[in-house]
Amino acid sequence: MFSETIELRGHIIDSLILPKVLDQILTHGGNFKITEVQIGRKRADQSFARIEVSTETGEALDELILRLRQQGAEVIERANAQVVAAPADGVFPSEFYVTTNQQTFVRVDGKEIEVTPGIINSAIAVDQKKETARAVKFFDVKKGDAIVVGHQGIRVVPVQRTTTRTDPFQFINNIVDAEEPKSAIIREIAEELRRARSAGGKIAVVAGPAIVRTGAGGYLVRLIEGKYIDRLFTGNAFAAYDVERALFGTSLGLNPDVAIVRGGHENQLRAINTIREAGGIARAVHEKILMSGIMHASVQHDVDIVLIGAIGDEGPIPGVTTDVIECEKILREKLRDVTHVILLATLRYSLAIGAFLANNVKTVCVDIDRTAVERAVERQPLQSIGLVTDVEPFLRELADNLATR
Amino acid sequence: MNAVLQSKIQRRMRQMLLCPPDYYGIEYEINPWMSIAQAAEVSVAQEQWKQLHATLSKLCTVNLIAPQPGLPDMVFTANAGLTVGRKFIPSNFRHKERAGEQPFFAKWMAQHDYEVEWLPEKLYFEGEGDALFGNDVLFCGYKFRSDIQSHRAIAEMLRCLVISVELVDPRFYHLDTCFCPLPDGGGFWFPSAFDEYGQRAIREHMTDLIDVAPEEAMHFSCNAVVIDRDIVLPEGAPQLVSSLQERGYRCHPLSMTEFIKAGGACKCLTMFMPQREAID
Repeated sequence: MFSETIELRGHIIDSLILPKVLDQILTHGGNFKITEVQIGRKRADQSFARIEVSTETGEALDELILRLRQQGAEVIERANAQVVAAPADGVFPSEFYVTTNQQTFVRVDGKEIEVTPGIINSAIAVDQKKETARAVKFFDVKKGDAIVVGHQGIRVVPVQRTTTRTDPFQFINNIVDAEEPKSAIIREIAEELRRARSAGGKIAVVAGPAIVRTGAGGYLVRLIEGKYIDRLFTGNAFAAYDVERALFGTSLGLNPDVAIVRGGHENQLRAINTIREAGGIARAVHEKILMSGIMHASVQHDVDIVLIGAIGDEGPIPGVTTDVIECEKILREKLRDVTHVILLATLRYSLAIGAFLANNVKTVCVDIDRTAVERAVERQPLQSIGLVTDVEPFLRELADNLATR
Repeated sequence: MNAVLQSKIQRRMRQMLLCPPDYYGIEYEINPWMSIAQAAEVSVAQEQWKQLHATLSKLCTVNLIAPQPGLPDMVFTANAGLTVGRKFIPSNFRHKERAGEQPFFAKWMAQHDYEVEWLPEKLYFEGEGDALFGNDVLFCGYKFRSDIQSHRAIAEMLRCLVISVELVDPRFYHLDTCFCPLPDGGGFWFPSAFDEYGQRAIREHMTDLIDVAPEEAMHFSCNAVVIDRDIVLPEGAPQLVSSLQERGYRCHPLSMTEFIKAGGACKCLTMFMPQREAID
């Protein structure tokens, strides 16, 4: 998208210049946003309007601006972004610009380029020849890369809150507390997931081990079977508990189906060992060693499983990435096309994911701890719903809602 | 006291500026009417101008500025500038062929005790040709000759409401070629010389507009001088004359053929001084 800011002054209301300019923008395929307007109070008072004009191509913008100039529009000259070469691999120049998760454009040689992906806490590397601007992490930057410094020539476009109530993510936008009713909002979320599935959206679930330990795994399996999950982000522990439950009926020694404790911690290690012996989860499924559970369902229904490791992990299970830099690269890549994310009972993973989410990704966060929900939701202020609740009743109700039609 | 003088006093002695056509001729082409191949008949042009001068002299006080060699269009004094009260805003001509007229007009007005107030140089504005008052609203044309940006400056200088209207037919390149306000709040015009927004803006600010037929508009019928109930206009607009007479106006049709060859007629050959009194 290419854009310029224009200003109109004079008797632009009585002369119908303002409506004419807005009509011309639309009839020439552009869009506008009136950022400021002052209407003269007395007859001789002049009026003022500042309008952001945008078009799909740079040529269309040039042509449109030429027309608008004839109507008295003055173009506000915007400076190009300043760039400085990165001094060394993995080091940004001082004063480097740090991205937010809002849609961002940088002006290079008078042209606006969108920064991709639209992720938070990155620097911006500009390739003038290719006319690209990338959000880069420390591990991306190479000595000599052109990195944007300062704030000049940068335009941030916040996500607009819609005025209609068609999108639950934009009108609810609040955290639903532990003592508040949740059925209505879970119905809305179910409806949104249905819409996303039929519209070709990509739904990711970020799952914490509490899902397995509370016995909510079966509901997640129902979502997987219903094709509501395209990608499953989780950790070694989650996979291990799930496999343990599938193989031994316990997770970390607890059987959620009965009140009395049986077995012990050794079940988890035996489960991990079984998967290691089989050569991975997928092979364990194919060889019918692993016959149930979330991992099993994911393999059976082609859910893309992304396993990220952590200190203290037993094993790990084959397929878990343990190098943290490698993990970041994988997260960025695997979140690029995601449209919806459901963060379930995992604060640490939720925050890591948040660092790679574009601002237009719709997010649901469920956690029993309000602080965890707050921290996850604040990253996506206009696109997120937080629910403070045990994950088991949430998943049960969601699965029931999605099964009804 | 003779009748003419009495009439002038009754009209509060409206004053006009004219320039004799001593050096008038088609020497360049800066509008679709002009063709070097189709020269104006000098003697006929002079006779037509004398008729105009004589007609106007009965209706108001006519002032003359000395014509200058090499400035054939100086005869079209409407483009000298815009006079309101004792303030004179000189034109900034778009075409270099006419730019040389500006200092002569400014000097003459200053010598006659008008306060000369200049527009920024980069803003094109062609005076009364593109700026006509309808009551207290100043209608200003733009695109072919004047820039819309100049309208804003004019509005600030005069502290009045300016309605900017876009001209879209190159044959009607100045506002006074297609629009003529009348003292009763109405006016006559050739609507298709304006874009739809200009048409709407004019309709919203004027009552009783007479639409001039295309064949009559082509005779420069809108290029008329209105002095109270008298209207001096080019020949060739019987329908318009009849409409104006119905509204109680006296019409004085004049032959203007030699000036129409340059894209001008009665109004282009005159500038009010002032067009209206200062705005409170």
